[in-house]
Amino acid sequence: MELLLAGFEILARWDVILALFVGSVGGVMIGAIPGVGPAVAIAILLPATFSMDPIVGLTVLLGIYGSSMYGGSIPAILINTPGTAVNALTTYDGFPMTARGEARRALSLAYSASFFGGVFSVICLILFAPVLAKIAPMFGSREIFLAALLGIILVVIAHRGQSLIAAALASFGIFLSTVGLEPVKYSKRYTFDQSWLSSGVDLIVVVLGLFAISQAIYLLRGEDEKIRLTKLRGGMFQGLRELTRHPRVAGAAGSLGVVMGMIPGVGEFTAQFLSYTYAQKSSERPDDFGHGSSEGLIASETANNSVPAAAMVPLLALGIPGEALTAMMLSVFYVHNVVPGPQLFQNQMDFVVALYLALLALNVLVLVFLLFATTQLIKVVKIPNRFLGAAILTLSFVGVYSLRNSFTDCLLAAGFGIFGFVLKRLSLPAVPIVLGMVLGGIMEVKLRAGMARVKEPLDFIDRPIALILFLMILGVLIIHFRFVWRERKSLKEAKWQAKHRSTSFGAQMSRRRDYLSTERGKKLRAKRSKYSPRSTEKPSRR
Amino acid sequence: MSKDRREEIRRFGAPLRGQALFAIVFVVASALLLSQLGNETRWAKGTEFFAQPRFWPAVSVIGMLLFGALHLWKLPRRGFERVDVAEWIIWFRAIEFVLWFLAYVWLVPILGYLPMTVVFMLILSWRLGYRSGKMLWIAAVFGFCVVVVFKSFLQVRIPGGAIYEYLPGALRSFFILNF
Repeated sequence: MELLLAGFEILARWDVILALFVGSVGGVMIGAIPGVGPAVAIAILLPATFSMDPIVGLTVLLGIYGSSMYGGSIPAILINTPGTAVNALTTYDGFPMTARGEARRALSLAYSASFFGGVFSVICLILFAPVLAKIAPMFGSREIFLAALLGIILVVIAHRGQSLIAAALASFGIFLSTVGLEPVKYSKRYTFDQSWLSSGVDLIVVVLGLFAISQAIYLLRGEDEKIRLTKLRGGMFQGLRELTRHPRVAGAAGSLGVVMGMIPGVGEFTAQFLSYTYAQKSSERPDDFGHGSSEGLIASETANNSVPAAAMVPLLALGIPGEALTAMMLSVFYVHNVVPGPQLFQNQMDFVVALYLALLALNVLVLVFLLFATTQLIKVVKIPNRFLGAAILTLSFVGVYSLRNSFTDCLLAAGFGIFGFVLKRLSLPAVPIVLGMVLGGIMEVKLRAGMARVKEPLDFIDRPIALILFLMILGVLIIHFRFVWRERKSLKEAKWQAKHRSTSFGAQMSRRRDYLSTERGKKLRAKRSKYSPRSTEKPSRR
Repeated sequence: MSKDRREEIRRFGAPLRGQALFAIVFVVASALLLSQLGNETRWAKGTEFFAQPRFWPAVSVIGMLLFGALHLWKLPRRGFERVDVAEWIIWFRAIEFVLWFLAYVWLVPILGYLPMTVVFMLILSWRLGYRSGKMLWIAAVFGFCVVVVFKSFLQVRIPGGAIYEYLPGALRSFFILNF
């Protein structure tokens, strides 16, 4: 209770309340515009938040992070285009409802489910915080190194079918983190005697290039789409009533979101996928899924909105970001000399609780805003794509140039912009680069510190949490290699099935010979030769 | 195209055009970086293996080369076709907007953040084909709002333009501080 009051005290400032309002409303609008997304917005706003108090800056970013998914459901439901990547599953059931003339019902249901997911996860984590505060100090250098390694492995294998290139890109991210002056021996690494590389490659420059500038180029090179919006009919509060009829689906989706959100590198997509599958399997009407099922909509929206609060757990408790957005937020902590990790939970628990309360408040704010302003808000969907590209390019300048007023930074960001654009065109992931960059730096520091007291290799995992993390890494790798092996096997099978017999004449002849050597083959041959004797054979006399 | 190839491409989960060149460039760049490992990093005597300044660059560059090469090897198609050339042209043409961006960055310290942002938005909108008065107005107002929000309100560090030096006394410092 004391912690809650202390948290409220931190939040009870006009600038924090303003930040909460701007972040939540801004996040909803950003989410509602397809093609922008929270990553672009956070990347642009990041340098602007450096001059603010940590709690103010983080509240703005958290506001955008937590509320963009609410906004993202609007275009997903109305025009079948997800506002943010994690709203893709919402289109499955949201758009068919719009097609049936139930757009307002779908929106209301999506808002209610998102609200439930957001509030559920924050309450879970506030209740869980004392336990976390006890566990977090058990994480020393070795445990944090292993957790970061687990995070990077999970990020790589989460890109199924592309895990090799994801691993290569994550390695590239680690490489970028090593460029510049090495902090212990002060030796230069991959600077090629260039003074501008001595201070290393700034994370924000990379993030802005990969997310904002690349997206701007992508939109500028594309075409504007003609969008026709459906008129909204009916009440906005019906979704709240409908949600209460599916407590099991909402509860399960929220729980899955919390659990998946806490695991670094897993995030919204897995949570959504698992909760949607669960909802479909346990539903009385599984055939409705994908055709406008209210349960499907609840499962996907509840799961994705319960992730942001949970994703803050590894970031705050261990200093390990699980995905690109929390990786960006980590830099806000560092700029203000607030080092997230076990010490934060021990010494500044009120700050952690304040962040969770801010998340709780923003969910309420966003729901109220959306229930009354949706009719006006849906107009942002109509902003032309290429104009949006020009706007993002202009805003990217603020993000990069305000860091050090350096033209070189802008040049580097532009280079990463082209690289990100190529990755987008090839549908390859950019997130492993950012996570590799952040987690690579953490792994280097923690491995060095962790190995200082290790005499034999097995000493590294002689503590219970280190052993558990090590076993988890092994387990994850075994599961992944098993999956790869099965995939390879099924591909071989599919290749065999697709092969026509006539494609291999030799094989056909061989099969024929084998058949003829069987008993049945011999009988058939004898029978046929009886009815159609060879012309060279003499006819038998009867 | 044979059915088995089609199955392999379907499972790849990404467009094939341009993949081979990207993978080749990535592998070649990684190999070049690896060849420079000795020159660009140092081996510190008397330091543990895991604490060596060379350790993490080596891990990362070897990872890039190994996984990049495996990705290239596992690509369903490693040769080049006409669609690849079309894709390279799209990549090349993207440089145009990077040049726009860099010109904007270069001109802001000279012409000032406010005038340059408004002009940049107007010219870029014109280039994109928005010729209606309404869209050009929206572009100019957007540019103005960006400057007011970030420079005047949030006090983001962007230097005043050299052109502001020609403004009279009070107006000069006002413009340098806010626009």
